[in-house]
Parts: sequence; C-alpha cells; structure tokens
Amino acid sequence: MLPGFNLTLGYTLFYLSVIVLIPLSAVFIKTTELGLAEFRAVVTAPRVVATYKLTFGASLLAAAINALFGLMLAWSLVRYSFPGKKLVDALIDLPFALPTAVAGIALTALYARNGWLGQWIEGEFGIKVAFGPLGVLVALIFIGLPFVVRTVQPILEDLDTELEEAAASLGARRWQTFRYVTLPILLPALLTGFALAFARAVGEYGSVIFIAGNIPMVSEITPLIIITKLEQYDYAGATAIAVVMLVLSFILLLTINGLQAWTNKVTGRDR
Amino acid sequence: MAAVTSLHAAVDHAARFETRSATREPTWIKWTIVGISLTFFTLFLLMPLIAVFVEAFRKGWDTYLAALIEPDALSAIKLTLIAAAIAVPLNLSFGVAAAWAITKFEFPGKQVLITLIDLPFSVSPVVAGLIYVLVFGAQGWFGSSLADNDIRIIFAVPGIVLATVFVTFPFVARELIPLMQAQGKEEEEAAVVLGANGWQTFWHVTLPNIKWGLLYGVILCNARAMGEFGAVSVVSGHIRGLTNTMPLHVEILYNEYQFAAAFAVASLLALLALVTLGIKTWIEHQAAMTGEKS
Repeated sequence: MLPGFNLTLGYTLFYLSVIVLIPLSAVFIKTTELGLAEFRAVVTAPRVVATYKLTFGASLLAAAINALFGLMLAWSLVRYSFPGKKLVDALIDLPFALPTAVAGIALTALYARNGWLGQWIEGEFGIKVAFGPLGVLVALIFIGLPFVVRTVQPILEDLDTELEEAAASLGARRWQTFRYVTLPILLPALLTGFALAFARAVGEYGSVIFIAGNIPMVSEITPLIIITKLEQYDYAGATAIAVVMLVLSFILLLTINGLQAWTNKVTGRDR
Repeated sequence: MAAVTSLHAAVDHAARFETRSATREPTWIKWTIVGISLTFFTLFLLMPLIAVFVEAFRKGWDTYLAALIEPDALSAIKLTLIAAAIAVPLNLSFGVAAAWAITKFEFPGKQVLITLIDLPFSVSPVVAGLIYVLVFGAQGWFGSSLADNDIRIIFAVPGIVLATVFVTFPFVARELIPLMQAQGKEEEEAAVVLGANGWQTFWHVTLPNIKWGLLYGVILCNARAMGEFGAVSVVSGHIRGLTNTMPLHVEILYNEYQFAAAFAVASLLALLALVTLGIKTWIEHQAAMTGEKS
C-alpha cells in the first residue's frame, strides 16, 4: 500500500470545494432569490432569446465547419508529407495558446471593411463579416479549430494499414474503404472533437466581443448579456442567465464524457 | 476535456501510409485535400497571427516601444506575471496531489471526481468571474464582512488571481491523470517495499516518469493564466495601473482607438503563445525519444 492517500485526496477535495464547487453553488443559491415567474421572465426576454439563437447557431455551425476542415487537416498531417508540415502541426494549437483578446482584435483587423480579407470579401461579394453575426462565426471557428484536429489525429496515427489493405484486396475502392472502414473508426473521435469545439464556442467571450459589433437582437452573444447585466448591477438577472449556461455546460460535459468512452471502446483504447 | 491537449509523442506517420498502394490516394486527391486544409489553416489561423505583428509595427519601432514601456503597460505586465506566478504553482500542486490520489488508489466516486475536475473547462469564463462576484462582491455572501475588515477581493488583485486559478484549474491534473494511470503503480510499490518514504518515492520514482507530461501541463496552464480575458474582466473593475492585466490593457487601448499600442501589447502575448508552442513541440520530441506517453 502506497502512502499519501489521506493527504492527497483530502487536499484535492478541499481545493476543489474552495475554488470550484462552493463558488459555483453560489450561482444556484443566488438565483433562488428570483421567483420562478421572474426567473422565467429574465431568461426568456426577447433580447436574451436572440442571444441564445446566435450563440447556439453560430457555435453549431462553427463546430460543423471545424469538423469538416479539421478532419481534412488531421488527415493531411498524418497521412501525407508536404513542405512546412511540422510548422503547421505546431501552429494548430495556437488558439489554445493565444489569448482570446488578441485573437479578437487580430480577426477584427483582418475581416473589417478595411482589413486584408474584409476588403476583398466585401468588394467581391458585398458581404460584411466583422461587426455582425458572421464575425461571431469567424471568431468561433478560430477558437474551435484545434479540437477536431487534435482528437482525430491520434486515432488516425494508431490506425493499422492492414485494415485498409484487407478492404482493398477484397475489391473495395479507395472511397468505399474510407466510407465503410476508416470513417466508422474515426466517427466517435470526430463527434468528440465536434462537441468539444461546440462547448468551447458556447462559452466564448474574449475573441467574439471585438469582432461581433454587439448589436442588440443582431450580434449579441449570451455571455455578453451576463456582463451587461452585471454592469447595470442586475446581479439576479446575470445569475439567472448564468444558470441557463451552466446547466447547458453540465449536459455538454456529460455528453463529451460519453463520447470519449465510446471513442475508447471503438479504438480499443480502454484501460 | 483536456484530453485534446494531452502530450503525444511526435512521430511522422506519412511514410507508412504513402508507400502502400492500399492506403494511398491518387496524387490529385492528395493535393486537393492538402490544398483545402492549408487554405483553411491560412485564412483562420496563420493570417490572424501575422496580422498581430504587422499591425503592431504599422507605426514603427518608436511607437511600438513607447506602448510597451509606458507605466500602465508595465503595471499590466507585472500584474499578469503575478497572477500566473500564483495560479500556476497552486494548480501544479493540486494537479500532482489529485493525480496521485486518483491513479494510485481505489475509492468510490473516483469517476465523479475526475468529471468535477474537468468542470472549469466547460464553464464559460464570464460565469467563472461571476461566481466570485457572488461570493466576495459587495452584494455577495462575504461582501459585508470583507468590507468591515477593509479587505478587497473583487475589483482587486485577489479576485484576478482567483479567477485565473479557476480557469486554469484542470490543466496539470488532466495531463497527469492519464499518464500516471498508464504507468501503473508497481514501481512505486517496489520503492516503498525497499524502504523509501512517500516523498522519496514521488521524487525519485514517479517524477522522472512524468516530467514531460508535468512540464507540458505547466506551460499550457501558464499560457492560459497569462492570457485569460473573460473571467478576469468580470472581477477586475478595469482600474488602470492597478487591476489591469495585459489582455485587459489590450482591450482598453483598442477601445480608445490606440490600435498600434493595442497591437504592440498584443504582440507580446502572441510572442508568449509562440514560445509556448515552441516548448510544447520540443517536449513532444523529447517524449518521442524517451518513450514517455499517455
């Protein structure tokens, strides 16, 4: 029997309670100050509902775009050699390392009307990216980019060539092998990456507020509403919306845990 | 959730797939996929990074340097360093303790504990800031007793540190748990049988096995600690020269249309991100050579 069980577990539980659990419980306790009717009125106010639609819609779309392009990126990084590959591989994690505020102002500079990309997109297609809902999407694509790549990449690396060779020797074409052999193995990891990118996007604040323009009913995200209410000293209102976001976070966390267990089962990474 | 950022050894697999006809695509398909991937990568990742530096130097070196050495910028840099210097060691010691308890012993509720450790990753940074306002703010649980004793937590440095600790809470623990789980506990048990005490066992047996994973968790924790914006923004109060961290200073400058100065401070943070990625890549190579992986 190794030593240190009581000490380490005790410290872990103490620290977890002080930093995370007790402060989080404050949200639920504070929100009981509002009656049920009041709570409902706050969380279903039209301006708040508009933020849910934008936050969830843009997060879902950003996660889907990241799933598609992230899969291609992971595939390229594992299966192909091309110049600059090591650099690309190292930079994929940039959104984890770059502060969100920096990402926000950089994306705004790029996609604003006078920016390198914004100029061209607005000139060619007449589409305004920064300071509108599309800007929110761009920021959420940026911050979610590494998730799918990094969940799919290790699974691709662990794939044996034999499976695909067997499929080919049985007469499957390359596309059929991908569709019926490779993709089913990758699917749980792909969905995990999608869910992680979605969960991150829903709560994201820093990168979005610079590029969104924050127009009420048009390009406001839910975390911003919490900030707005706090600035007006409406603590109960801010807390009510925080409860909605927290409940969603719990659901997403459990979903992600389930997806990760499925990934481990499909790829035989069970311990 | 941090499974995404977990250390994995850097090994190039392309040759294995590209030399076999069954696992190889026609050249035009390969280059189409690589081309689309790299275009996406360039538009959403590379160009924002380059833009930071281009905008920072748009008005020349003098403006750049002036933005970095003005007193408010220096105090923001100092506060960011202080917050990270407190948050990272706290979460490091927590991560080691949690990983030791979880991977070396069996107890009921272990899976629940692991999920709870992950929790701060899925909470919005804004909500993370809010919870401390509810506990320590003027209207909060301890608000009046703190005010009576003239202790400020919210809109002061302690609040910033707390918010930073919260958002970086799981980094080290989530890095170490899978790593130590994979390594089992036979080596530690052998050391204890041979007469080592708990501390000696950890220092001489466990630590050499987990050093790369530990370092990996620490640098990611540090990058997030220095770069956190949302949570810190809620508890800071944005008092210039007092409770402004670097990311908050960037925001203030940007909102005052001092774009070159905002990007100058931002470029320091971008540089920090690049150094972090550099160290991370180096660790992955070390791990590949020594065979430590999760």
